[in-house]
Amino acid sequence: MSIKQTIRRYVLENFLFTDDEAALQDDDSFLAGGIIDSTGVLEIMLFIEEAFDIKVEDDEMLPEHLDSIKNLVTFIQRKQAVSA
Amino acid sequence: MSTVPRLLQETLLATVSRSPERTALVAGDARLSYREVADCACRLAQALRVRGVQRGERVVVFMDNGWQCAVSIFGVLLAGGVFVIVNTQTKHDKLAFILRDAGARVLLSESHLARVFGPVVEQLPTLQVLCTAAKAEVLPANGENLDAALADQPTTPPPQFGIPLDLAALLYTSGTTGEPKGVMHTQQSLLFVLDSINEYLGFSEDDRLFSALPLNFGYGLFQWFSAVRAGATLVLERSFVYPAQVFKRMCDEAVTSFASVPTVYAMMLAQDAKQPLRFPSVRLLTNAAAALPVEFIPGLRRIFPNAGLCKMYGQTECIRSAYLEPTLAEVKPESVGRAIPGTELLLLDENRRPVVSGAVGTLYVRGPHVMRGYWNQPEKTAEVLVPGLLPGEFLLKSGDLFRQDAEGDFYFVARSDEIIKSRGEKVSPAEVENAIYSLPTVREAVVTGVPDPLLGEAVCAFVTPREGESLTVQQIKRVCSEHLENYMVPKHVLLVSELPRTENGKLSRKLILERYAALITELA
Repeated sequence: MSIKQTIRRYVLENFLFTDDEAALQDDDSFLAGGIIDSTGVLEIMLFIEEAFDIKVEDDEMLPEHLDSIKNLVTFIQRKQAVSA
Repeated sequence: MSTVPRLLQETLLATVSRSPERTALVAGDARLSYREVADCACRLAQALRVRGVQRGERVVVFMDNGWQCAVSIFGVLLAGGVFVIVNTQTKHDKLAFILRDAGARVLLSESHLARVFGPVVEQLPTLQVLCTAAKAEVLPANGENLDAALADQPTTPPPQFGIPLDLAALLYTSGTTGEPKGVMHTQQSLLFVLDSINEYLGFSEDDRLFSALPLNFGYGLFQWFSAVRAGATLVLERSFVYPAQVFKRMCDEAVTSFASVPTVYAMMLAQDAKQPLRFPSVRLLTNAAAALPVEFIPGLRRIFPNAGLCKMYGQTECIRSAYLEPTLAEVKPESVGRAIPGTELLLLDENRRPVVSGAVGTLYVRGPHVMRGYWNQPEKTAEVLVPGLLPGEFLLKSGDLFRQDAEGDFYFVARSDEIIKSRGEKVSPAEVENAIYSLPTVREAVVTGVPDPLLGEAVCAFVTPREGESLTVQQIKRVCSEHLENYMVPKHVLLVSELPRTENGKLSRKLILERYAALITELA
């Protein structure tokens, strides 16, 4: 499964509680869309750390890294490239 | 305008005339001076009057926690209207309930929220919608562009007719029966409690208050009112979702006051353990909405080395009841202190007689800050507003049991209703149960709070499926997320075959908690 598919499935299952792919666009803001809240962001961070073997620093917890599927994919790819 | 403000909007006009160029509000990329806030609020007031908003009519503000929301509150008040703020996490059926229940004349919102309010306003043909929108094409069908509506209005207030007895706000709060109740506050009750709060917290125009609390919540709303009254600056964040961003903002703006709830303090303590957090500019730290665990205090002293800590207690029905003097934070760490200035607290038994010294009683609140009642709900009002000491006076019966020490300071003992406090938010078990029952495969559902290290209490649902039906945890969480604000969605869902009952055959939270005690311990 690609990074995008993995992330999409996780967010759909755990925050939208659905497997309907149409429920989430890749550039939907999780925050503006009311999809996640503050505990949700921590859950996403823990999930991507484990699923992609990366370490998210506290100062990287920013909307430009975490607030949409698109931002997450870019962020994870960048982190993996640095650690590779 | 009188020399002493008698109405909330007069506090804004007084501050503008004193210090028009002082920064009132910092939110996202926006920085507004008091003059800009007042100009914008006056334009909105004029636009609302043009659209027929009369004295006492309700205007629902369904906006993100940003400058538009903060300014709209004063715009509605300057129009003579009653503001009703709805959290943007609210889903469409609850928004529809509030719009109908309040009899709203106008809805103020933002275009990205149209997917929530769009289907609702179609059913309410008399409701006018004013909506911010970057582009005309994203406006909902029956919505008017708010920015365009303001553009040609004057920046002077429309003629003012209000008096302190007028209704100023309906603050919707969760009730035990599931439907939210509109707490009616007058100009007088809100302005009184505002002055009392600013007196014991000692805000001045040099303060920069920081808040990420929602403006629909009394504690969040009063950060804004306190700032305006004092001529101080409010640094308003949408939420605490991105802590690094919030912490940077706090440092950049050198904030002097930080208002939050135990869940946020818990998160800050966890961060501090990994990498030290320091906010030396903060002189005042406040806590409300849920009790601050005693063991948090030493860590908070490290994070805020120059701040006094003020623990407070209140409820929407009177905004604030008690506060503990910062000097007593370590002396009486479990106390909520005493009544706020100008009010009193009474501990009464079931016959409404004072309890003997040191005994546990129900807390009653006496003062000009007590609400007028629940909107359109005289029976529910009568349950909590009981005849007071003088004819025509009412005491507010809180849902909580307290005791008092020899020096007069109060200690929380227990709640006397079943409301769950999660992340400082009130969650009505009945409201969550109703959402779960909308699944036809559910036989029975009981929702209760279970201890949680971060949330205080976590929402936990015990559900039994109908015989022969399949039911999954995910289905239950989904139906909850479709109907309820995020903080109400159960963190834990336990599917069980049978729920324990009392001898009378009633479902009992107490028996459920006993039977599943071991399981609940594992969840935390």
